[in-house]
Parts: sequence; structure tokens; C-alpha cells
Amino acid sequence: MNSVEIAVVGAGPAGLSAALAAARQGATVALIERDERLGGQLIKQTHKFFGSGRQEAGTRGFVIARRLAAAVEEEPGIEVRLASTVLGYYSDKVLYLETPDGLSRLRAERTIMATGAAERMLPFAGNDRPGVYGAGAVQTLMNVHGVRPGKRVLMVGAGNIGLIVSYQLLQARVEVAAVVEAAPFIGGYLVHAAKIRRAGVPILTGHSVKEAVGEREVQGAVVWRLDEKWHPLPGTEEPVDCDVICLATGLTPLSELMWQAGCKMVYLPELGGHVAWHDEDMRTTVEDVYVAGDSSGVEEASAAMVGGRLAGLCAAASLGHDRGVADKKAAAREELAALRAGPTGERIRTGLAGLRKAGGLG
Amino acid sequence: MRIIDHPILEFNKGRPVRFTFEGRELVGHEGEPIAAALHAAGVRVLRVSPRLHRPRGFFCAIGNCSSCLMVVDGTPNVRVCAEPLHEGMRVERQEGHGEIR
Ligand SMILES: Cc1cc2nc3c(=O)[nH]c(=O)nc-3n(C[C@H](O)[C@H](O)[C@H](O)COP(=O)(O)OP(=O)(O)OC[C@H]3O[C@@H](n4cnc5c(N)ncnc54)[C@H](O)[C@@H]3O)c2cc1C
Ligand code: FES
Repeated sequence: MNSVEIAVVGAGPAGLSAALAAARQGATVALIERDERLGGQLIKQTHKFFGSGRQEAGTRGFVIARRLAAAVEEEPGIEVRLASTVLGYYSDKVLYLETPDGLSRLRAERTIMATGAAERMLPFAGNDRPGVYGAGAVQTLMNVHGVRPGKRVLMVGAGNIGLIVSYQLLQARVEVAAVVEAAPFIGGYLVHAAKIRRAGVPILTGHSVKEAVGEREVQGAVVWRLDEKWHPLPGTEEPVDCDVICLATGLTPLSELMWQAGCKMVYLPELGGHVAWHDEDMRTTVEDVYVAGDSSGVEEASAAMVGGRLAGLCAAASLGHDRGVADKKAAAREELAALRAGPTGERIRTGLAGLRKAGGLG
Repeated sequence: MRIIDHPILEFNKGRPVRFTFEGRELVGHEGEPIAAALHAAGVRVLRVSPRLHRPRGFFCAIGNCSSCLMVVDGTPNVRVCAEPLHEGMRVERQEGHGEIR
């Protein structure tokens, strides 16, 4: 069996940053990614990032992914394993991997889980019909593989993801019939909303999908109005001409591995669902396991990068690679606090306060 | 369904390869996910659910949800959204749980 000081599971912005930080401290790192390429969700993001210059604001997501991936490939302390899925973590610090060459084991003194998030499903009649796709799936198909998801899309959700993906659909010359949003207001940034409105796409707040139309595949949809308590108002149904219903209704942490490893899990709706309890060093209740990125609480890519760096630093430091670590940790924490400041960070701050309150052991 | 010109992106696709879907010959690009090649060819129904026999397509397209299971070269339960396409692959709709032969 091979062994390594630090295993990082998942090579999105969080995992890439964690691996880099740990290796730069002098640790040996194995970066394990089930996909064929590095970058996670970032590879399909064509829009420019918000945030401060330090987190590459103004740079397109896929360009950031490319830069991080290049840095990782140049780092001699990191061994990258692509097309490899971590299936389980065992208490003797052993990870089980499914690789192109079959099953294998890896012993790691520390493991950083950076597995990302999964899209939420929305309950409505016919939501299992082919043509009902997650926003991430639409982005993957269109921005990574160059295939249009359909001719005309109904977008569900007017948060940043729904608005951004609507705009990307228009760029790929796919029609967007409308954006429906259950809340009485638009959740995403208004600049994004303005862009798609200017292109003639209506944003219907206080609306949701009633059903998907079509025997075998989506051939349309019915939307209806909701009252302030999000109860549908019968009699307000309206048909929508579309062949794709795209769900941008939120993400939930991909935390199966943390459950399986025996980490204490806490349910925090503000962080997207169940997350592994972790301290300010990103360490879970299973001492050798750390978490980072969306899988530690759904946030966004800038926070995932900084959180990943923090986890990498702390995991390396716990193995004695603690050169200059105090200052670096303080800098990362400061950056995180800045990203979470202001009204847009309120949800995350509430979630993290809940996490602190839940307590670690016991 | 293929995007030929995009304002921001360039797609460096692999060479064209032939494969079959339900016995019908289709063309896709080497290394792209099987699901992308099928979608580009207008195929959206990938399997039929075990109990209620409802048609299913993909949902997440990144290997998280198992909505896209198909029979590939006789092997059932392949997540075609994550499985790279190769020349000569035999792709079939999966009925129910699929049979391991
Ligand atoms: C449609 C969409 C638009 C977005 N737009 C923005 C935006 O404008 N700005 C912004 O800041 N953020 C945006 N985000 C969010 C941002 O992409 C995520 O917050 C960020 O990618 C999270 O990084 P991560 O590293 O935690 O997870 P991910 O990027 O999801 O990476 C996780 C990686 O782990 C791998 N993995 C999972 N399980 C395993 C396993 N068992 N074994 C091996 N590998 C595994 C996955 O394949 C994946 O590559 C958007 C997200 C989506 C879906
Ligand atoms: S579509 Fe989700 S696993 Fe393939």
C-alpha cells in the first residue's frame, strides 16, 4: 500500500488550494480527483468573478482553474491522481480508491475532504423527465463539452447561479423563456439580472413550476404564482413553451464521505444542509480529517480557495511543517472574514455561528 | 446541438468516432462523455426506471446522482455523463437495474 502525508479528496478550487498550501509547507500530498481533469466546478464558469483582487476578481472562472491546475502540476510535492474516486475512509487512516487500474488503498496521515456540492432537486410533477437538468449540468454540457442543452429553457431560481447560467445560455444562442423565482425578490446580484432583462428575458418573482409537460421528455412547463408564504395559487397557471427546465435552486454539501468517516455532522440550512463539524483550523471531530470548500458549507469559489489554503496549512502544520504558519493562517482567516463581511455574507456568518454553537466533541 | 462559435470559449474536441446507440450508428468525439455525444445527437432518454418504468435522462452531468445509468459494451450501470466515449462503443438504454452478465 502507498502512503503519503496528506491526501486531498477533490480537485476543485478548494482541493487545489489545499494541496498547494500543504506542499509549499513541505508536506507530501496526493491529490485525488474522480474527474478526468483538475478544476471542479470552476472549469465551466465563463463569467468574471466578484470579490477582491486577491481572490482574482475580474478573472473568468475557467482561467482561475487553469492557473491553479498549472501551479499544482509544477509542484513536485504533489502527486495528482485523476479519474480516481475515493470510496471510503477507514479509522486506520486508510482511503479506498477506485482508479482506472482497479481498487487500491492509500494511507494518509491527514486527509482533507474537498468534495464540493450537489444540486438540489425541486418537487413538482414530472421532475424526473429527461430535460429537467441541474444548472451545473447545463453549464457542463454547454461550456465544457460545447453542446446546447436544448432550444428553449425555463430557468428556475433567480439567485446568482440561475442568473449567470441564463446569461451563458443566451451567449450560446439558446433561448431563455423566463426565469421563475419563488421568493418575492431576486436573490442574485442585480447587475446579472439587468443583463438578462435587457436581452428580453422576463424574471417572474413569486412564481414556481407546477409541472413538466411531455410524455417521454420535457416539451413544455406550467408555472403558477405563489403567495407570500410560498403556497401556490390555483387558477394562476400559465403554460411555458420550452424543452428544458433548468433547476438553479441551490446546492447541498457532498458529505457522504464525512458521514462514512464518522465525523460529527451538524444540520445548518445556511450552509446548505449537513456539514461536518469543524474548528477554526478546518479540522473535524475525526482528528486526522479536515474539510474545505463547498463540502464544508456551500459558499462560493473565492471562499473555497481561501478555506482550502487554510486547511492545507493547518494539516501540514499538524505534521510538523509549521514554517511561518501562524502568519499565513492569520492572513487566510482575515481574507475569509473580509469575504464574509457585509449583507451578502450574513447567511454564511449565521451558519458558522450555528456551527460554533453546536460544539465539537460530545 | 453542437456550439460552433462561442463569444468566449473554444472547444478542442477529440477526433470524430463512431459508436452505436440501440444498434443505430452515431458519431461523437473521442473522449467526450457518452451523454454529451448522445445529447448532441438528440437522444435524451437514457434509461427506464426499475419500478414505474419512467424514462430518465441525466440530471447532474458530473457523476453525483446516478440518473444517467446505461449499458455500455454489455456492462450495466455505467454513468454515461462521466464515461468517455471511444470508437466502436455499443451503448444501450438500460431497463430497470440492468443485468450483470
Ligand atoms: C452553476 C454554478 C455557477 C457558479 N458561479 C459562481 C460564481 O460566479 N462565483 C463564485 O465564486 N462561485 C460560483 N459558483 C460556486 C463555485 O463553483 C463553488 O463554490 C466552488 O467551485 C466550490 O469549490 P470546491 O472546491 O469546494 O468544490 P468543486 O469545485 O465542486 O470541486 C469538488 C471536486 O471534488 C471531486 N470529488 C467529489 N467527490 C469525490 C470523491 N469521492 N473522490 C474524488 N473526487 C471527488 C469532484 O469531481 C470535484 O472536482 C458556481 C457554482 C455553480 C454550480
Ligand atoms: S447525470 Fe448525475 S451521475 Fe450522471
